[in-house]
Amino acid sequence: MINALLDSEIKKHLHLYTFLVLVSYIISSMEEEASKLRLYGTEASPFVRRVIWALKLKGLDYDYVEEDLSNKSPALLRYNPVHKKVPVLVHNENPVAESTVILEYIEETWPDRTPLLPKDPYERAMARFWIAYGDQKGYAFQSFLACSEEGKEKAAEDLLEIFKINQDKALGDKKFFGGSTLSLVDLCYGWITSFKQVERVVGVEVLGPTTLPRLHRWMQDFKEEPGIKENLPDTEAQFPELINLRKHLLSTKN
Amino acid sequence: MSEVKLFGAWFSPYVKRVEMALNLKGVEYEYIEEDLKNKSPLFLQYNPITKLVPVLVHNGKPIFESTVILEYIDETWEGPSIFPKDPYDRAMSRFWAKFVEDKCSDPLWKACWAAGEEREKAKKEAEEALKILENEIKGKKFFGGDNIGLVDYVANYIAFWIPLLQDVVGFHILTQDKFPNIWKWCYELCNDSFVKKNLPEKEKVSSGLKRAVETGSLY
Repeated sequence: MINALLDSEIKKHLHLYTFLVLVSYIISSMEEEASKLRLYGTEASPFVRRVIWALKLKGLDYDYVEEDLSNKSPALLRYNPVHKKVPVLVHNENPVAESTVILEYIEETWPDRTPLLPKDPYERAMARFWIAYGDQKGYAFQSFLACSEEGKEKAAEDLLEIFKINQDKALGDKKFFGGSTLSLVDLCYGWITSFKQVERVVGVEVLGPTTLPRLHRWMQDFKEEPGIKENLPDTEAQFPELINLRKHLLSTKN
Repeated sequence: MSEVKLFGAWFSPYVKRVEMALNLKGVEYEYIEEDLKNKSPLFLQYNPITKLVPVLVHNGKPIFESTVILEYIDETWEGPSIFPKDPYDRAMSRFWAKFVEDKCSDPLWKACWAAGEEREKAKKEAEEALKILENEIKGKKFFGGDNIGLVDYVANYIAFWIPLLQDVVGFHILTQDKFPNIWKWCYELCNDSFVKKNLPEKEKVSSGLKRAVETGSLY
């Protein structure tokens, strides 16, 4: 009789155990479904690159779709009808466009995986300010890439001044803009690691170890960081495109 | 007891949206009017980087950029929300706030002040953007839904300042005819009992804009 009792107890536990295994399998596959991420981008875009870095640093799986901007896919146009640009991150079929909006979305949806913004509201405000500042000063970078022979010196000076503010006020003595670890600010300034190619194309150095020592050092440290190192853009491959872009910008100016 | 200071200019939509946010949360603050032609040393000490208003100083620490300040206020003080709670809704709010600032406010402003080809170019840009915005506000009282939200704060400029500027320069892009939904929203926003208290006097703004048109200088 005891055997029969034990037998039924074991059976009950086996049933319960099987049930729990089944439930956890269903939940985990639902979670995988729920976390379906797709990123529409281009290899060359620094705005896409920031999002890639954020996803990689957070260890998030995603599908990547390389767009041909001269022939945009119907999907891209459907997901970003307002701007028709990359990057667009689609999460559970819900699209998010604009790189800084996407970065904040990623941070808020997965806050515990490799936090990329500080917890303190004031520090967060400063991070957001520096991101906005960097993007607002994009015109200076454009001017540099499109500068004429005569305008080269001035364009370089203007850019140097902006870099100096970034170095002195935003970076300071910290290893990264985010402190001892990376933050969204580092990701948004990460395009600076490709800047050497632009200097080559224009033919003048702006960011060097003597002109901007701390920013230069940041650039080296940033490139070495796990998550960033394996996901740097192929700047050598982009070099011919940059030459063409500069030619085009110079010709449209005249 | 926290100490809150706001450096501003009475006519600035960027400053007014911050004041609105502080008042929404019931925050006590000291308001300091800055003469933008002759900025005070104290102000420049707090904001040597952009040298622009608004600047919020909380317990001695300065914050700049109106949308950054709005988010800081929402995160720091209890009370009704400016941003939605859900991450996706927050992303949508941020997206539309950016769209309003970059694609609507800028070209609308430029079109009013520019002339000739530049004016036509800005007008075209503004109209394209307003068409999109017209669709976005359709069926809603405010961009934030039943209550004002981030996008309404950022679009305060379009609701209050742009109609006045259009009248002063005699060049109208945003009209009831062309954009009836946006026009209705402008009315709802400017006549909302809370928002009303956080707008400058119409006459004062109009006079200021007239003076700016005559002198060619904004301040």
